[in-house]
Amino acid sequence: MAHETQQNQTPFPAVRISEHVYWVGAVDWSLRDFHGYATEHGTTYNAYLILADKVTLIDTVKAPFMDEMMARIASIIDPAKIDYIISNHAEMDHSGALPAVMRAVEPEAVYASPLGVKALADHFHLTDTITPVKDGESLSLGNLNVTFYETRMLHWPDSMFTYLQEEALLFSNDAFGMHLASSERFDDELDVALLHHETEKYYANILLPYSHLVLRLLEKLPDLLPAIDMIAPDHGPVRRSGIAAVIEDYQRWARQAPSNKAVIVYDTMWESTAQMARAICEGVIAGGAKAMLMPLNAFHRSEIATELLDAGALLVGSPTLNNNLFPSVADILTYLRGLKRRGLVGAAFGSYGWSGEAVGHINETLAAMKVELISDVVKVKYVPDADALARCFALGGRVAEALQQSNLELRAPE
Amino acid sequence: MNRYECTLCGYLYDPQFGDPDNDILAGTTFEDLPDDWCCPECGAGKEDFTPAE
Repeated sequence: MAHETQQNQTPFPAVRISEHVYWVGAVDWSLRDFHGYATEHGTTYNAYLILADKVTLIDTVKAPFMDEMMARIASIIDPAKIDYIISNHAEMDHSGALPAVMRAVEPEAVYASPLGVKALADHFHLTDTITPVKDGESLSLGNLNVTFYETRMLHWPDSMFTYLQEEALLFSNDAFGMHLASSERFDDELDVALLHHETEKYYANILLPYSHLVLRLLEKLPDLLPAIDMIAPDHGPVRRSGIAAVIEDYQRWARQAPSNKAVIVYDTMWESTAQMARAICEGVIAGGAKAMLMPLNAFHRSEIATELLDAGALLVGSPTLNNNLFPSVADILTYLRGLKRRGLVGAAFGSYGWSGEAVGHINETLAAMKVELISDVVKVKYVPDADALARCFALGGRVAEALQQSNLELRAPE
Repeated sequence: MNRYECTLCGYLYDPQFGDPDNDILAGTTFEDLPDDWCCPECGAGKEDFTPAE
């Protein structure tokens, strides 16, 4: 290889991840809100530099982190020597620095999927030419070769994989990623449970609506890419150990098979809806199923979406406030509806003072989400008495029954 | 004339409007769209569309 790769002194060094590839991204330790997704562990914006004959940068970083990325690149090579930039994903956490990088390094060519070319144009209104690459097309980097695979709607129209053939290294853009700031760059250097949770949370909040496309992609992946030695996603650690396991996890989540667990989401004004929720929760447990009680003052919407990923039932409770849903309940319903979790059973409940419209609104949204309603709404005027709480407990029991039934159906031979 | 929804991105093809950006005239049924027509939002092929509810 022609390039000298001596590591220069810098507070922001590149990290070598394979023979020819360096991580040159940025770590965002302080991010706590990623467009409405609670990132309690921050995130990383991963960019990668392939030191081939044609020096190639895969993706960039969010605009404010441009200097950090450029410093990491400069730690191994003069950034002006970058020949190609490949944009796997036009979202601004990966493309934000792209226009400035293009100005700074004047690359010979910038590549993106055909829809990426359009998306970048609509973001940055550039006059530069970005070259579209087709699904399955290969590009020679001199001594190395990459192949592009369109992954439309995983999770944007423009999304694309780039595969470095000689190293069986898959640059997977947002797929297989997670929001996790860390000093470690590889999956096997981090706690397994933490990785699993953050991977699951990412799937539940970003990829879930496109599960049918995930299944389609994973079905053809073994033929497309028989060997994957490393997955380099755009967020979180590089995967070099748990590749088969994360593909299995993705398959399971994409199938959306329900478990024996009910998620009970609610908010409350004077504790009446809270009492109802607790009675439902006890009913679910007494019926032999698992329950997760998620009051909206304590749980963020993205945690609820994560918990729902492997649940089988969704129960939503709201007081009626000024003839309407409680605002936090409207928030979570809007969010969950967009995530399109399928195959759930559920019901609506809530307390009210005089008009009681909220439970009806919940029911409408649950029906739109194709949740199978296993009960009429359970409504209580003002404060639940023993009889009302017994009705809530009974609802929990019916939920547990329905969960066991749907799990039996799943296990039954066809 | 039936409307068709893109199962990839949710775009709705409405024959009443056609797809003027891609030279599809108003009044063109989904069935009469050319085989190589694709979703103007996400690039999905005709096979990824289903009749809208």
